[in-house]
Amino acid sequence: MTTIPSTKEKSEELTSSEHQHSDHRLFGLITFLVADGMTFAGFFAAYLTYKAVNPLLPDAIYELELPLPTLNTILLLVSSATFHKAGKALEAANSKQCQKWLLITAGLGIAFLISQMVEYFTLPFGLTDNLYASTFYALTGFHGLHVTLGSIMILIVWWQARSPGGRITHVNKFPLEAAEIYWHFVDGIWVILFIILYLL
Amino acid sequence: MSISLPPATENNSNSLQPTGWLRFISFSLDHKVIGLQYLVCGFIFYLIGGVLAGAIRIELLSPISDFLARDVYNQVLTLHGTIMIFLWIVPVVNGAFGNYLIPFYVGARDMAFPRLNAVAFWMIPPAGLMLITSYFINGAAQSGWTAYPPLSITTPAAGQIVWIVSVLLLGGSSIFGGINFIATILKLRRPGLKLMQLPMYCWAMLGTSILVVLSTPVLAGTLILLSFDIVAHTGFFNPALGGNVIVYQHLFWFYSHPAVYIMVLPAFGLVSEILPVHCRKPLFGYITMVYSIMAIVVLGLVVWAHHMFTSGTPPWMRLFFTIATSFIAVPTGIKFFNWVATLWGGRITLNSAILFSCGFIVNFVLGGITGVALAQVPFDIHVHDTYFVVAHFHYIVYGGSVFVIFSSIYHWYPKFTGKMLDEKLGIIHFVLTFIGFNLCFAPQHWLGLNGMPRRVAEYDPQFTLINQISSVGALLMAISTLPFLWNILYSFIKGEKAGNNPWQALTPEWLTTSPPPVENWSGEAPLVTKPYGYGEKNSDEGSSPITQA
Repeated sequence: MTTIPSTKEKSEELTSSEHQHSDHRLFGLITFLVADGMTFAGFFAAYLTYKAVNPLLPDAIYELELPLPTLNTILLLVSSATFHKAGKALEAANSKQCQKWLLITAGLGIAFLISQMVEYFTLPFGLTDNLYASTFYALTGFHGLHVTLGSIMILIVWWQARSPGGRITHVNKFPLEAAEIYWHFVDGIWVILFIILYLL
Repeated sequence: MSISLPPATENNSNSLQPTGWLRFISFSLDHKVIGLQYLVCGFIFYLIGGVLAGAIRIELLSPISDFLARDVYNQVLTLHGTIMIFLWIVPVVNGAFGNYLIPFYVGARDMAFPRLNAVAFWMIPPAGLMLITSYFINGAAQSGWTAYPPLSITTPAAGQIVWIVSVLLLGGSSIFGGINFIATILKLRRPGLKLMQLPMYCWAMLGTSILVVLSTPVLAGTLILLSFDIVAHTGFFNPALGGNVIVYQHLFWFYSHPAVYIMVLPAFGLVSEILPVHCRKPLFGYITMVYSIMAIVVLGLVVWAHHMFTSGTPPWMRLFFTIATSFIAVPTGIKFFNWVATLWGGRITLNSAILFSCGFIVNFVLGGITGVALAQVPFDIHVHDTYFVVAHFHYIVYGGSVFVIFSSIYHWYPKFTGKMLDEKLGIIHFVLTFIGFNLCFAPQHWLGLNGMPRRVAEYDPQFTLINQISSVGALLMAISTLPFLWNILYSFIKGEKAGNNPWQALTPEWLTTSPPPVENWSGEAPLVTKPYGYGEKNSDEGSSPITQA
């Protein structure tokens, strides 16, 4: 006999959970970020292989300056901390504080993007100049796309946390939590990218 | 953490959705509808891919390029490979049966993310249409399903870009599906159901989905870089601009070797469901099956460079990848012997479902043996890019996966529709497919060993006779589709009623009506802890468990 006759507790447990099942969205998001991380892993692997076996052609220009990307790293690391603050404020049901920290985080994200643009326009090489230039733009560009999406997400979260009856409250924290995990992920990727691309 | 969903989301959305046949062309959130959408959509693409295969075999009847121009031949073989892999086998063994069966097996009312699930399916038809219409507009891609640069950079760009976008869409669909399966299997299990009590297909899908999530994004990244090379003239994979073609091959095979397991692991799982039912015996060696699936997942991620033994791989790499690849034969062998042991001494009903499953076992062991042979560097260098390789992977993906898909259709059709399929037609279908398949692909081993290269429209006249024999086999395979199609359509209208559990099976999808209601069970989900408890003393095999549920 494989079907177990329904005992009282069991059926109660199931009916109560019929329209209320545990939330797996964060689990799904993290699985997705693993996949996203593998895309970056592929890019990193390609870049490191190029570094190992493809010497820079003699007349090719590929030089990176450190100050601006270091500033970028600091911007993103601070933004991770401010986002964390926003999450804590929401947990404490302090909507005003939460909105303030969200705006600061979005501002830092946008500052990162502007600073990245400044770097792009001051670099002495373009996308198709040589292999390393292409790899540089592909990697930072793909990461920049993530920062752009993340900044938009933060602004949406901020917008929805704004009105008193808005969708994001300390009861429904999921959108903020999801954006926060994503943001930390993007920051983590930047740190790896910074080490591999600029420091190695 | 638990949330209260907006009250009765599921009920509301279901009541808003079309009922009847219309729901099969709607954005339905029901996992069973989505599963059948995958299956029917995949089968349509299978027929298209089959027509392309037919064109290839007609062209190869004669040693000169007469039926198709050379560049058309290249387009046809590219489309054939891409369609069969990305639009037929991967969506069907994963998406179709996975969506239909996994929620039943874990005792859930739907997948973990029903909307994501529907999105994942609806990415497939546009991608497929795009791929096929590219042939009629600017010419399809010509560089094979591998799209190796520099070939893919130098052939006409329009078709290649459409190919890339289409594969990116299909890859995205596959990743969304994989996330959904992992969450459903790990998080949505009915209370009281342990992982080690799950039917084997759940384990196969868990392993497959891990491979999908880890490897498909790498392909996506690679194809994005390739599209830069084509559109923006960067030099990632273009040696003329200082790039490196070998890097493309590494990244491509990092996905595409696991892709073989993405196509075949679910098939392993499905066979493990079908065999015990029709030979009335428990699945032999459940625990070893689970461990061998996981071993294949781990090993499958570290064997990719065996596709590149002729690409100037350094000796240490050859050694490592030969050994790792040969090791895969161990878990696969364990599974093979477990299936044979399951059959051994069973009360076997020789119906179409088990015939196709046994056909799978025979074909797959042949494909597996040539696979181990191909892992050996000296042999691989001899037959690389010849018809030996073509024969090998068709034994795996057709003799393996497609046989299992047919077996599964015969097995689950009564559940899908509530009607039985005609057994006589099923057996004719099996005999024609089995003979046709082996007649088509077995001679190609000989062709490859004698040096006939793959992917070329013309060949040395000495190979003519064997190619013609192979084409006769392909013709038989094409004919075998007719009784199958007739069977599916006729039985849908006039087939005899199946009842809820025509096979007296014990897995949970049979413990409900055929076809099942929208949320799978009218009452609570049954707790099935022994999905393979056939022939046990206390099991009431023979009586329909549904009556007690």
